[in-house]
Amino acid sequence: MSKNGPLALAYHALFVGFMLAPILVVCWVAFTPEGFLSFPTDRWSLRWFYAIARYPEFVSAFWRSLGLGALSSAIAVAFSVPAALAIARYRFPGREAMTALFMSPLMIPHVVLGIAFLRFFTEIGLGGTFAGLVLAHIVIVLPFALRLTLASAVGLDRAIEHAAVSLGASEWVVLKRITLPLVLPGLVSGWALAFINSFDEVTMTVFIAAPGTETLPVRMFLYIQDNIDPLVTSVSACVIGVTVAALVVLDRAYGLEKLLVGRSGDGR
Amino acid sequence: MKSTPYLLSLPALLLFAVVVVVPLVMTVALSFHDWGQYKGIEPVFILKNWREVFTDSYYGEMFARTFRIAFFVTLLAALFGAPEAYILNRMKSPWRGVFLLVILGPLLISVVARTLGWALLFGGNSGLVNKALMSTGLISSPLPFMFTEAGMVVALAHVLMPYMVLAVWAALQRLDPQIENAAVALGAGPFTVVRRIVLPQVMPGILSGSIIVFVLAASAFATPAIIGGRRLKVASTLAYDEFLNTLNWPLGAVIAVLLLVALVLIVVSASRLVERRYAQVFG
Repeated sequence: MSKNGPLALAYHALFVGFMLAPILVVCWVAFTPEGFLSFPTDRWSLRWFYAIARYPEFVSAFWRSLGLGALSSAIAVAFSVPAALAIARYRFPGREAMTALFMSPLMIPHVVLGIAFLRFFTEIGLGGTFAGLVLAHIVIVLPFALRLTLASAVGLDRAIEHAAVSLGASEWVVLKRITLPLVLPGLVSGWALAFINSFDEVTMTVFIAAPGTETLPVRMFLYIQDNIDPLVTSVSACVIGVTVAALVVLDRAYGLEKLLVGRSGDGR
Repeated sequence: MKSTPYLLSLPALLLFAVVVVVPLVMTVALSFHDWGQYKGIEPVFILKNWREVFTDSYYGEMFARTFRIAFFVTLLAALFGAPEAYILNRMKSPWRGVFLLVILGPLLISVVARTLGWALLFGGNSGLVNKALMSTGLISSPLPFMFTEAGMVVALAHVLMPYMVLAVWAALQRLDPQIENAAVALGAGPFTVVRRIVLPQVMPGILSGSIIVFVLAASAFATPAIIGGRRLKVASTLAYDEFLNTLNWPLGAVIAVLLLVALVLIVVSASRLVERRYAQVFG
């Protein structure tokens, strides 16, 4: 493989700068000692990070987002394990259509899903409730959970299971001692990817969250709509920090490229 | 057993039938209902909302704006993302992984935080870029960015760029480097190699990345809402207004259904085209 020339490297530097500039600038402004938006150069301050504690709506929205992400991702993984085993191991009529249905939340615009959920939840009496948020988030993160559980179910060597059966293991023991432990890495990374997507989701959630059930991205979005001040930059900086930490862990544990490119991911 | 796969996927199927299919059908039905300021939503079957959207030029302009923005976002992403994926692919081991993480990582960072960054860089007189440019005397008044279509295009291109890099990167992984080497051995210059060898082979990747970016750009919500403000509406922000401010749900449902149908048609026909064009080569 040939090396990149100086021109290519200059382009690369500009590109990386473009990708990082908006993210870095948010973190930079967050450390301002002033009461207004400014770019600190000689004096830095954590006052806007301390200020977050005085706005309980941000704090409670953060905990709600965390709980919502953890819960809906766990349920999504639980739903996707049997479905992934079915798609990976059997050829049956309707298999393609079923996979397409499970992947559809990726293709349907989230604004359309948000509207559909708003209408549906209002009709069945779940409008603006946390239960409604959980249901909606299960559906929109399920494709991510399914993709990674599917990848590990496809990659599973069935000879190991056959060996266990020939050594006298029952179906249940095979599932518990062989199959699940082997797909576990896929489940964990599927959960993590689902969690990040739930934690960041704003477009769909903004439709179905009520004042008492706002998630952190929704709270941030509504706040920015009114005005932009240093407080929202320090909240954003915290969100960026949490995401970057999760990313680095995920990259070490599973490999970000594998996670996002998905290899033989969709089982086609 | 023949029924095993169905039994295994039954829980997820039921969930999707109830929580995805039923709400979408209800939304289509909602678009035909009547609405009035004082009477609210009336469950009757009328075409009033559809007629309004199709005859009032305001909605036509808004949809034209939505797809114009999506087109330019896709163009920017393809023009700048594809070369970057190629450069990334030629990097050596530690740097490759590091920069892949740097470029794809933003995909998972809150889109609200990323758009906020653009507002800080270009927002009016206090924006960092505007301030810097004005202090050097390059421009006399701040560049218009907030509340402009150009601003929306740049911010959305930034938000969606990782998808393009990802798609082209995936296509590059399937490329056999020996073909490039063969071309060089036969006397092709670096420019010819890219144009005649690499580009034709990664074209499916660029096209599939373009489909993804176009769909996401046309249906993006948070970025157009923050950059566009209350004045510059696209389909998703207008639907949001109808649902949560005006409370004319049936009209909002028409906009949502139209957006969904338009995007499904575009995706299906574009994928058909790509598949037919490249079936012989990559089948």
